[in-house]
Order: sequence, then C-alpha cells, then structure tokens
Amino acid sequence: MFLGNVIGNIWATRKYSAINSFKLMIVQPINSDYEDIGEPIVAVDTVGAGPGETIIYITASEAVIPLPVDMAPVDASIVGIVDTINQ
Amino acid sequence: MFLGKVIGTVWSTRKDENLVGAKFLIVKQLDLDLREKDYFVVAVDSVGAGEGEVVLVATGSSSRQTDFTKNKPVDAVIMAIVDKLDVALKENLSRQEAE
Repeated sequence: MFLGNVIGNIWATRKYSAINSFKLMIVQPINSDYEDIGEPIVAVDTVGAGPGETIIYITASEAVIPLPVDMAPVDASIVGIVDTINQ
Repeated sequence: MFLGKVIGTVWSTRKDENLVGAKFLIVKQLDLDLREKDYFVVAVDSVGAGEGEVVLVATGSSSRQTDFTKNKPVDAVIMAIVDKLDVALKENLSRQEAE
C-alpha cells in the first residue's frame, strides 16, 4: 500500500462495463513527509475521497478486491483516507 | 492506471492463439497537461477506443481481468476513454516544479 494525495478527478463516460459506477481519481504519490514522489497515477475510488485529501492506495491485481465485482481491469484503487501520519 | 493517447494500431497475423480477435493499439503516455511522454505500450482495447483518443490503460495482471483478456497473455488493456480531466491542485504542482 502507498500514500498519495488526491489532486483531481477524471470523467470517462465510456468505461469497461464492470467499473461504470466508480469514480476515477488522479493521485500524486507522496512519502511519509507528505512530499511528492514520482508521477501521478489514476486510481478507482472506493471510499469517497476527494481532491486535497491524503489517502492510502493499493496497486496491482489486488486493486480489484475492494470493488463489489468479480473482475475489473483496475490496477490501482483508493482504500483509505489518512487522518494523520505519526513517525 | 495511466493516462495515454492512442497513436496507432498494430496488426499481427502470427500470434498466440489466445490473442486472435484482439485489437492492439499503441498508447503513448501523457502527463496531466496532455503532453506526450516517451513511454508507450501496446495495449488490448476493451472499450472501442480509436486513434487520437485519450484513454486510461491498466497494466500488469489487472489487465487480465476483462471477459476477453481473462487467462490470456496480456499485460496492458485500455479500460476507459477520458472525456475530461479536472486537476484542481495542478497549480500547486507546477509551482513545485518551478521551485
């Protein structure tokens, strides 16, 4: 799992049918000091995150698990909203 | 998923028999300003995308999670056609780049 900031969203009317009802968010990966690392990615939102929020996201085929469908071509999904990071 | 633009089609006659009927598209990665980057993939189309369209590509084992690509030798699939991007915090991004 990784940390990221939601920095925007994507409108896509034509999607693979299994994911028609989900929101797509643009996520900027960050480190534990809230500093941006790497390139933004696109992730499916399963928890109701919005722009400006810090989130936890998962990647690879596990990203389908939080979705209420058996199969979906999704390789990143948001699974939690971060309240605080202590270190 | 990453943001990309369909820039071409790949035709292949001799291929794994599981891939018969697949539509291969060349997708070049885009940044959030929709500028083309160097990276590209050949992706199987699952939504009916065409040349010039901005799309989302899922890669890795997730790309086998469609009815057509299930258990097939595929590692990139186009799963959405992008209508619009809204990057509310992009100003912050470009400011950081400038610093």
